[in-house]
Amino acid sequence: MSVGGINVLVDETRAIQDGKRAPLLSVRGVKTYYGNIIALKGVDLDVHEGEIVTLIGANGAGKSTLMMTIFGSPRAREGRITYAGQDITRVPTHHIARMSIAQSPEGRRIFPRMTVYENLQMGASVNGGTHFKEDLDRVCDLFPRLRERLYQRGGTMSGGEQQMLAIARALMSRPRLLMLDEPSLGLAPLIVKQIFSVVKELNERDGMTVFLVEQNAYHALKLAHRGYVMVTGTITMTGTGRELLENPQVQAAYLEGGRH
Amino acid sequence: MEVFVQQLINGLTLGSIYGLIAIGYTMVFGIIGMVNFAHGDVFMLSAFIALIVFLVLTTWLGVTSIALALLVVLICAMALTSLWGWATERIAYRPLRGSFRLAPLISAIGVSIFLANFVQVTQGARNKPTPPMVREVIVLWEGANGYAVALSYKQIIIMATTAVLLGIFWYLVQRTSLGRAQRACEQDRKMAALLGIDVDRTISLTFVIGAALAAVAGTMYLLYYGVVSFADGFVPGVKAFTAAVLGGIGSLPGAVLGGLIIGLIETFWSAYFSIEYKDVAAFSILAIVLIFMPSGLLGRPEVEKV
Ligand SMILES: Nc1ncnc2c1ncn2[C@@H]1O[C@H](COP(=O)(O)OP(=O)(O)OP(=O)(O)O)[C@@H](O)[C@H]1O
Ligand SMILES: [Mg+2]
Repeated sequence: MSVGGINVLVDETRAIQDGKRAPLLSVRGVKTYYGNIIALKGVDLDVHEGEIVTLIGANGAGKSTLMMTIFGSPRAREGRITYAGQDITRVPTHHIARMSIAQSPEGRRIFPRMTVYENLQMGASVNGGTHFKEDLDRVCDLFPRLRERLYQRGGTMSGGEQQMLAIARALMSRPRLLMLDEPSLGLAPLIVKQIFSVVKELNERDGMTVFLVEQNAYHALKLAHRGYVMVTGTITMTGTGRELLENPQVQAAYLEGGRH
Repeated sequence: MEVFVQQLINGLTLGSIYGLIAIGYTMVFGIIGMVNFAHGDVFMLSAFIALIVFLVLTTWLGVTSIALALLVVLICAMALTSLWGWATERIAYRPLRGSFRLAPLISAIGVSIFLANFVQVTQGARNKPTPPMVREVIVLWEGANGYAVALSYKQIIIMATTAVLLGIFWYLVQRTSLGRAQRACEQDRKMAALLGIDVDRTISLTFVIGAALAAVAGTMYLLYYGVVSFADGFVPGVKAFTAAVLGGIGSLPGAVLGGLIIGLIETFWSAYFSIEYKDVAAFSILAIVLIFMPSGLLGRPEVEKV
């Protein structure tokens, strides 16, 4: 908490009053619109330091919109988003990215005409290339496939390889909070397993906080400490991963037939 | 044979100038998808800046070394033209970003008209000559028929300057974090922002680089022809734009290649056929290439694996 001195203090006090630590990321009453169409209808959500939190919901519920709103693109029209005690609701996207939050967004968004190496360099741009070699080694250990293909153009990588690259690129900035939007999309079950175990490892070994959006509700809820369920722009349910897994409504809507 | 080599030299010289201007078109198009119609006039403006700085140096300040004068002229022209490029982007294009697609285009046409008229009003409508600058010529060889192949110092300066600056520029775009940020914005602006890249600043930078290279072209043009007029932005501008399209708009090597091809076609056509039809020839080649290769010679095909 090196940034935003006063805010940090205020939130710290409030946390003590609440009897627990202030969340690392807190979303309060956030409404987001696309033109006149409302996509988020007042979302409340917290992610605490050291947690894995997952957000599940049907197609078009607004999960990706929330991820992007946290980064200010699109901007929340109402409500407040705080990160590490700082109000980031109106902060420009590229400044948010420099506050040690990283996102692997929906659709992976690999730079297609850059090599894998250059994509990873882009991921490290916020820390200006210090400890680049070290971080490169670290992500290549997590995804050995990337090491073999460092000089291949991003656009020619397979879907799964691109997904690994997107996560690796997000890790290059040494984020305190890692946000992943559907990392398992379109991947073979074995690779999904690998990616989930990497997330777990990052969380347990490095204490990285993870905010995960998933369609693969069963795996996500098993992995996460806590989860949220979103239905058409509102959070309808929250609880620990296990609670949600055992909840009949969640089972009916998101888990039926979707196990494993 | 002698005529051929001579035209080759002339064509490459002219082509270097087109190539330098074409880069400005191609880069701006690559990053924000806009054809910067005012770019030809920016080139013309830079030639005038070069002319004024040259006259100030030689007549008022009494600089006698032509090499020194040219260097200072080049630096001043690049600096001032870059400043102009930066300012117009802020004033005329950035406020329109996110508006409908034609808006910045129309704004660019406005900037173009403004520039041409501004220069006409302040500098006059007639051709402005410079005192002859570099007159030395190297005779490479003399043919049996008495036709001498000559390489002028001017041409050497122009081709060498172009090559060196292209080299520096290429290094900048391919190897530095600045260039990487620029390519990232070109490929996915939103993702670049998510990675902490200041997209607005990067777009500004693109205009600045484009203007600086146009200033190099403007200075070289002045050196080569020794005259410039307010209307000189238009035709070279259109030719350079053609070069960018021919090479594949969005591709930097394509812009240079396109420039060289247009320069060569023009000079060869004038030498062997008729000078009146040189532009027809250049544009016909463009049309033919585009029919068979719609994305230009080095342009990337539309299909990209997702
Ligand atoms: N750029 C946009 N313009 C207009 N509407 C949009 C835009 N992006 C998303 N929407 C709409 O906002 C709603 C939420 O979309 P969002 O992408 O956040 O859903 P999601 O929960 O991530 O869905 P999925 O699981 O399919 O990825 C959808 O109804 C979608 O059509
Ligand atoms: Mg989504």
